[in-house]
Amino acid sequence: MNFRKYLVLAGVTVFAPVGDSLLAYGMKQVGNISLHDFGSLLLAISNPWVGLGIVFLLGFFASYMSALSWADLTYVLPASSLGYVLLALIARFALHERVSLMRWLGISLVSSGVGFVTTGPEITRRPPRRPTISENPAAEHS
Amino acid sequence: MIRHAISNLNAWLAILAVVVSSSSGDVLLSRAMKQIGDLGALRARRGIAFVVLLMLRNRYFLLGVGCMAVSFYSLLFGLSWNDVSLIGPAAASLTFVANAIAAKIFLHEHVDGRRWAAALLVAAGVVLMAF
Repeated sequence: MNFRKYLVLAGVTVFAPVGDSLLAYGMKQVGNISLHDFGSLLLAISNPWVGLGIVFLLGFFASYMSALSWADLTYVLPASSLGYVLLALIARFALHERVSLMRWLGISLVSSGVGFVTTGPEITRRPPRRPTISENPAAEHS
Repeated sequence: MIRHAISNLNAWLAILAVVVSSSSGDVLLSRAMKQIGDLGALRARRGIAFVVLLMLRNRYFLLGVGCMAVSFYSLLFGLSWNDVSLIGPAAASLTFVANAIAAKIFLHEHVDGRRWAAALLVAAGVVLMAF
């Protein structure tokens, strides 16, 4: 693991909860949308908070794909689950919601899970039989 | 009474659909990205447009995105039948465990005790965070 890889994992962790929060905030402003009113759903994107939320979720997807390109799925998913903790902290300190004792207990369990997995290697899979495209550009034509 | 049972059945069917489609999507996307290789190194050498094109040409990637779309709509279906406090944590925590099993079987990842513990701790933590 190097600094760039930690940065990518941080991207996976941060972009998803922040994007979800921005979408939730924006959609509260837009109001209820009926399933029959598809036009309003498209117009919801014009809300700046919804637009910004979508940008963050695109950032999440890019970081997630990048992390999966060099780490195991069973490493990336628990390692990036700190996002749940971040979401609870946003709820408590930015939105001033009440966070119950059970939720703090849940936060500590998620954090322990993250601690467990991040102390191990990020990849365990057997090496592929042929070189990947990033290692050998000629492989893309095979 | 019967209506309540149908509502619960539909909610759990939706949770099952979310878990299966989400895990399948994650496994397919992971396989696609492993085939392509380190995206950071590839982007530095060939540019972002080339990386995007490679991803869009990969059938596992396209199938994975399709599974994620199914997962999203299954979640919406589930939310129309029961509370988010049941659907959200149940689907998320079961997906963590299903992913560990699927990664071991289909991606041949070495899921050791440490990773099982991580998946189970995170799954339990997600359930508790719903309260």
